[in-house]
Amino acid sequence: MKKRYWNEPTMGWWERVYVLEVLHGLAITTSVFLANMWKWMTFRKGALTAYYPEEMRSDYSPNNRGRHVLTQRANGEVQCVACNMCATVCPAYCIEILATADFDEPAHPKSPERFEIDYSRCIFCGFCVEACPEDAIRMVKDVPDFPAFDRQRMWGKIDLLKLWRPTVDPRKPYPVGVPRPAGHPDTKAHP
Amino acid sequence: MIPDLLVYGSFMLFAIAFMMGLATVFTWVERKQSAITSDRIGANRCYVRLPFTSIKLIAWGLFHGVADGGKLLLKEDFTPLTYDRVCYNLAPWLAAVPVLLVFAVVPFGGVFAPAKLVDAATFPDLARHLADFFGERSYVMRVAGLDAGILFVLAVSGIGVLGTMLAGWSSNNKFSLMGAARAGSQMISYEVAMGFALISMVVTYGTLDLHAMVEWQSQLAWGMVPAWGIFVQPVAFLLFLTAAIAENKRIPFDLPECESELVAGYFTEYTGMKMGLFMLSEFITIVVISALVVTLFLGGYNLPYLTDAGFVFPGGATWTLPHWSVVLLQVGTFSLKTFLVGCFQIQVRWTFPRFRYDQLMAFGWKFLLPVAAVNLVATVCVRALALQGIA
Repeated sequence: MKKRYWNEPTMGWWERVYVLEVLHGLAITTSVFLANMWKWMTFRKGALTAYYPEEMRSDYSPNNRGRHVLTQRANGEVQCVACNMCATVCPAYCIEILATADFDEPAHPKSPERFEIDYSRCIFCGFCVEACPEDAIRMVKDVPDFPAFDRQRMWGKIDLLKLWRPTVDPRKPYPVGVPRPAGHPDTKAHP
Repeated sequence: MIPDLLVYGSFMLFAIAFMMGLATVFTWVERKQSAITSDRIGANRCYVRLPFTSIKLIAWGLFHGVADGGKLLLKEDFTPLTYDRVCYNLAPWLAAVPVLLVFAVVPFGGVFAPAKLVDAATFPDLARHLADFFGERSYVMRVAGLDAGILFVLAVSGIGVLGTMLAGWSSNNKFSLMGAARAGSQMISYEVAMGFALISMVVTYGTLDLHAMVEWQSQLAWGMVPAWGIFVQPVAFLLFLTAAIAENKRIPFDLPECESELVAGYFTEYTGMKMGLFMLSEFITIVVISALVVTLFLGGYNLPYLTDAGFVFPGGATWTLPHWSVVLLQVGTFSLKTFLVGCFQIQVRWTFPRFRYDQLMAFGWKFLLPVAAVNLVATVCVRALALQGIA
């Protein structure tokens, strides 16, 4: 029989009987179900889904740096001097810094009061890191904390100072002659 | 009188708890089974936190059913601007109640004699009290012992279509109306094939009583294989299962609610627990269909070689069991079989795409009905020959 169009499907006897194809389809899905179920029952993961906030995908690039962090000074204060260079260089205009001053500390009188990054605009180009003269902002191998359980916390603007979890970076050279904070891993390297 | 009331009351409680509980479990099974079949994890964010602790009981997402129920109860009871007040409120009940009624005639266990429950040697006092109270009474484990059980099943399950048609008509919505029209024509079409399949089973078993059918299936064919309906009438089994899934309006026969064309079909305008009743009746129907399939084709509460006295194996070996364990085994067997057949229905739902409407009608009238008719004629011929003593 001539086909009405070039890729008109043709069904053989096997497909026409239909019942057999129904059983075939059921066999396919059931075998997938049983294989996955067997994995779950033997305490392995039988799904392709990443269980997101608790579990990260393993196929992120090892170079992926998706979260901005602010670095800290030796005395635990934020390194940033609120010079606005990152905000100027940012091609997405997503950094907004509100500066404050503390003249009792003549070495670093200027510091940020708010350091906001609008993650709904950020393109993760890393220019802010390159522009920073103080090494005050870095990008780490992580993703921003987007998922939230209510809409108020889903807001794209994230104040890095509020989320600031200052951690000691052992690779950051420590100035000589300044007392180190208790428990700093750098203590032995620089007497 | 009082003992009968007590026993049948407990049977009723068990039947309702069985159906509601299993229907709730099936909502969970549907989520999880579909997820596992398609390489997903499935709903598992719902938990119950133990009071005053931070221990969260997730239980593989079992609490999602509870959360769904609570959510549906708290939803706004929205009604369309113009609707038929009486029919609109009546429809969900008319859809859900007949389904519950069907289970009344299904035997979920064998013969139950309360006086024999307790071993007289171990607990003499309790055994004497039970014997005084119940005497020699014994009950078949089902709610209503109707002789015309199958006819009751057909009659009551036919009422269900009224609920869907009323819902579609009274909503005053075109989508609902089209869904209702589809539901009506589809359910009537498939009821015919289902009736034919059931009649061939009636001819085979020679009775309308569901318990007598199960008793018939408890015999052994050639002294080895249990004579279950699926082995005696495989074609009728397939026909009945297909027609029953179509009656339940689930994929691949979900033309009446067909999201991609009709929003939600006949219950488009329903919200909150009224919509929940439609959904619940769908899952209860899964349970009832499974129970009917088990009763008619899979030997009901029979385990192979299990009699009322205990196991009797074909080699002649016996293993005598006390009455209470036989009762538990039979009820457990029935529940397990029902559960597995329900899981099979869910697997069917997550395997096949939806029929087109003309395909659905053609499948019902041009394929299922002739096959059912031929099967019925063949069954009647074989049965007639057998009654004449020829075959």
